[in-house]
Amino acid sequence: MSPTAALVHKDDGYNFAYLDEQTKRMIRRSLLKALSIPGYQVPFGGREMPLAYGWGTGGIQVTASVIGPDDVLKVIDQGADDTTNAVSIRRFFQTVCDVAVTESTAEATVVQTRHRVPETPLKEGQVLVYQVPQPEPLKKIEPRETETRKMHAYAEYGAMQVTLYEDVAHFGRIAKTYDYPAVINGRHLMSPSPIPKFDNPKMEMNPAIQLFGAGREKRIYAVPPYTSVRSLDFDDHPFEVQTWKGSCALCGSTTSYLDEVITDDRGSRMFVCSDTDFCNTRQAEAAAAKAAVDKVSGEEA
Amino acid sequence: MTTSALRKPAPRPPLLEVSGLSKSYGTQIGCRDISFAIRPGEVLGIVGESGSGKSTLLACLSGRLQPDTGSITYDMQGRGPVDILTLSEPERRRLARTDWGIVHQNPRDGLRLDVSAGGNIGERPMAIGARHYGDIRSEAQDWLKKVEIDLSRTDDKPRTFSGGMQQRLQIARNLVTRPRLVFMDEPTGGLDVSVQARLLDLLRGLVRELGIAAIIVTHDLAVVRLLADRLMVMQRGRVIEEGLTDQVLDDPHHPYTQLLVSSVLQV
Amino acid sequence: MAYVAVKGGEQAILNTHKLISETRRGNPDLAELSLAQISEQFGLAVDRVMTEGSVYDRELAALALKQAQGDAIEAIFLLRAYRTTLPRVAVSEPIDTSKMAIRRRISATFKDIPGGQVLGPTYDYTHRLLDFALAAEGLERPQAELAAEPLDETVPRVIDLLNSEGLIEEEIDENDGEVFDLTREPTTFPARRDQRLQNLARGDEGFVLGLAYSTTRGYGGAHPFVGELRLGEVAVEIVPEELGFPITIADVTVTECQMINQFRGSADKPPQFTRGYGLTFGHNERKAMAMSLVDRAMRARELGEDVRYPAQDAEFVLSHTDNVEGNGFVTHFKLPHYVDFQAELQLVRQLRAEHEERRRKATGSEQAKEAAE
Ligand SMILES: Nc1ncnc2c1ncn2[C@@H]1O[C@H](COP(=O)(O)OP(=O)(O)OP(=O)(O)O)[C@@H](O)[C@H]1O
Ligand SMILES: [Mg+2]
Ligand SMILES: [Zn+2]
Repeated sequence: MSPTAALVHKDDGYNFAYLDEQTKRMIRRSLLKALSIPGYQVPFGGREMPLAYGWGTGGIQVTASVIGPDDVLKVIDQGADDTTNAVSIRRFFQTVCDVAVTESTAEATVVQTRHRVPETPLKEGQVLVYQVPQPEPLKKIEPRETETRKMHAYAEYGAMQVTLYEDVAHFGRIAKTYDYPAVINGRHLMSPSPIPKFDNPKMEMNPAIQLFGAGREKRIYAVPPYTSVRSLDFDDHPFEVQTWKGSCALCGSTTSYLDEVITDDRGSRMFVCSDTDFCNTRQAEAAAAKAAVDKVSGEEA
Repeated sequence: MTTSALRKPAPRPPLLEVSGLSKSYGTQIGCRDISFAIRPGEVLGIVGESGSGKSTLLACLSGRLQPDTGSITYDMQGRGPVDILTLSEPERRRLARTDWGIVHQNPRDGLRLDVSAGGNIGERPMAIGARHYGDIRSEAQDWLKKVEIDLSRTDDKPRTFSGGMQQRLQIARNLVTRPRLVFMDEPTGGLDVSVQARLLDLLRGLVRELGIAAIIVTHDLAVVRLLADRLMVMQRGRVIEEGLTDQVLDDPHHPYTQLLVSSVLQV
Repeated sequence: MAYVAVKGGEQAILNTHKLISETRRGNPDLAELSLAQISEQFGLAVDRVMTEGSVYDRELAALALKQAQGDAIEAIFLLRAYRTTLPRVAVSEPIDTSKMAIRRRISATFKDIPGGQVLGPTYDYTHRLLDFALAAEGLERPQAELAAEPLDETVPRVIDLLNSEGLIEEEIDENDGEVFDLTREPTTFPARRDQRLQNLARGDEGFVLGLAYSTTRGYGGAHPFVGELRLGEVAVEIVPEELGFPITIADVTVTECQMINQFRGSADKPPQFTRGYGLTFGHNERKAMAMSLVDRAMRARELGEDVRYPAQDAEFVLSHTDNVEGNGFVTHFKLPHYVDFQAELQLVRQLRAEHEERRRKATGSEQAKEAAE
């Protein structure tokens, strides 16, 4: 045996889901605390993961701590299952815990996401794990944690409202389009992670458990099932979500978040669902319905 | 007969009562054994030479510095007299941004320089729950008018303002929630004489109109003559003389006060 | 127009793995580096990776460097991630650097020190001229001569000599023996010194160096003297519960720097020198010295000095030293941001349309006015 061979870890040399059981217990305790104080950022002893910070280390630690052998995992980035980061994280879990994976939102028990909430409504019993780059919504106003901690503790959120005021004063509207701050359970101001504001209403009163992991900043927070999520706004400039004039070019959806795709170098573009599972499912259903109709009319003829 | 005597407010329970307040920095005395009271709507001036402890006293009163001994009793709305040193930090912070105002000598300490003038004034109302943009903005503009800042500057950032404008904006930002007590440390310091006079005029108008009590630290006797009902003179951390402003200025007893008054008259 | 959403991301990713492995190997006609070669001949790189990766294992660090094509930060990252999977068997006793088997030891504060100045292996006194002779392989190298007498087993620390006169502050244990563990607990502010030192020890060498440099250029008012810099091997001991006495489990090489700084004194304190401390795995004087300067700078608040510059601001420094964090976050902007960008794109289009609308109305009404006049 060469001297290096002893160092090479086989994939199954790692504990189930990479983290050791003690670490997982520590993270679960933080998760329980986070669920008990909705929207409150719980500091946790985040570990270094074999994934770069900012690439979902918080999310994978949370997922690693809640996932069990019987779970079915779905991983998305930008709403899609086949984007590089989603593929890499899904492969990581297939390697270190050998769980079943799926692209179907409905079939998944745990969904780890970056930047989107799936279009298909979640159900009780499902867990949605968000990857969070910057958990502190007040960071842009006050860079000091010693101060932001007090602002949260005393619910001093006036300065945050000032940033909305500035938007309206300068642009005539609130100009935050993603990572749109919201007050959870009427108490804590929370960053929903960089999901588009389009997705904020989906967080509200959601039957699923929503967990947020920020690896680099070592914070965990949560929105328990059926919890109020109020996006900040003004009475005369109420919160509103993005809308599109057209519909998805592939499935015709008029209710989903659309990505813009540039189709040639003359600037032609089309809009398609950002949620690939949602779009594919609708296309398949439409095709099946059409086939059924064709079959019926064929028989009639 | 002096005009202050005529203006003397009817005896009401004090708004703020200070007793035996001391603060030192190591062996250096900041202020020592200060006791006084101020009633609603009353303006108290504090004068004294440089280093006599004025800023130290003001910082203790406004909750920015923890005194070594003494008590500060404030008549809180709906709660009555409370020793503010026993308040929890959130209660004190809340008090400071609703019932009190603090006008800093350097407007940079009291303004958000990267937020528009309107936003600066709107912050306090928003902090206590205002959620109607139109109302917040029109209230901000009311205040800009009051402090004589052109409405076309509403969306400009204070860093593009002159020193006097910044100081006026700071005053508007503080007074918008109609505090009952305002602390001012050298509000006219560093300003040109003509600008000072306008600002003083404005302050006097606002304080009288809104019935705000104020504690104003300055070493400018013209400021106290114009604004203060009562006057405290400090030297080496202690209060050496106190009384109605005109009395103290026209008939000073303590040699230091005499010197102070005469030195000003010579100018 | 037929558009098919891009599929096959998974296959493309697998291909990148193959490509990077090819690139790493370079020209296969050349001999492959062995871990022993890296560990022996790139020793200082290995030392840095062990320090910032916070695992003392030359072989693993060499492997990380090999896997990372010599990219120190990537190698540190690999080692850190591996570290996560290691069980914690025991917590060692504090190492005693006065019992170090010294290879190098210098002081800039006294010409003669008990135990002597030991110059040891260093580039300090070389001319930095490219040595073309090294380009040829199999060169004879000069042998250093052995001293007649071995060094003392215990060499007192220079800083302790000042201590006896009360000229330098005493080191105080502010934690009652409880030591913070950066690898298990999240950083909190205000951070105590144990937390700060651990952070600096793992901090990026370049960043810590830059901060240290800034304190000597007016951004922090440092007046440092190297009280002592020493390199050598120290024993790592643990006390197994069932034994109740310490046993040595390893010898590790460390570099230690005790920096002396001036302090004017205050009303309660007579003037006294203050300390800054630096420690690294292996041989890394640059890092140890930089660390000790930044450690001292961050003590400004507790020493009653003004906190005005970046290096004195513990919250700023500690949040930005870690290159695994910084590297990850800065490079994460490579990841797709389609969704957020789409949201911004939409907003900018809308704002531009509204702007255009306002302008048209304004010029329209002006024209109408002109026409009326
Ligand atoms: N942070 C501090 N540390 C140590 N001593 C201080 C500090 N702040 C003030 N002092 C001292 O306390 C005394 C009172 O200072 P203070 O700033 O209250 O005076 P002041 O009356 O406001 O003076 P000025 O008119 O110059 O503003 C002075 O001797 C001053 O040197
Ligand atoms: Mg002062
Ligand atoms: Zn679609």
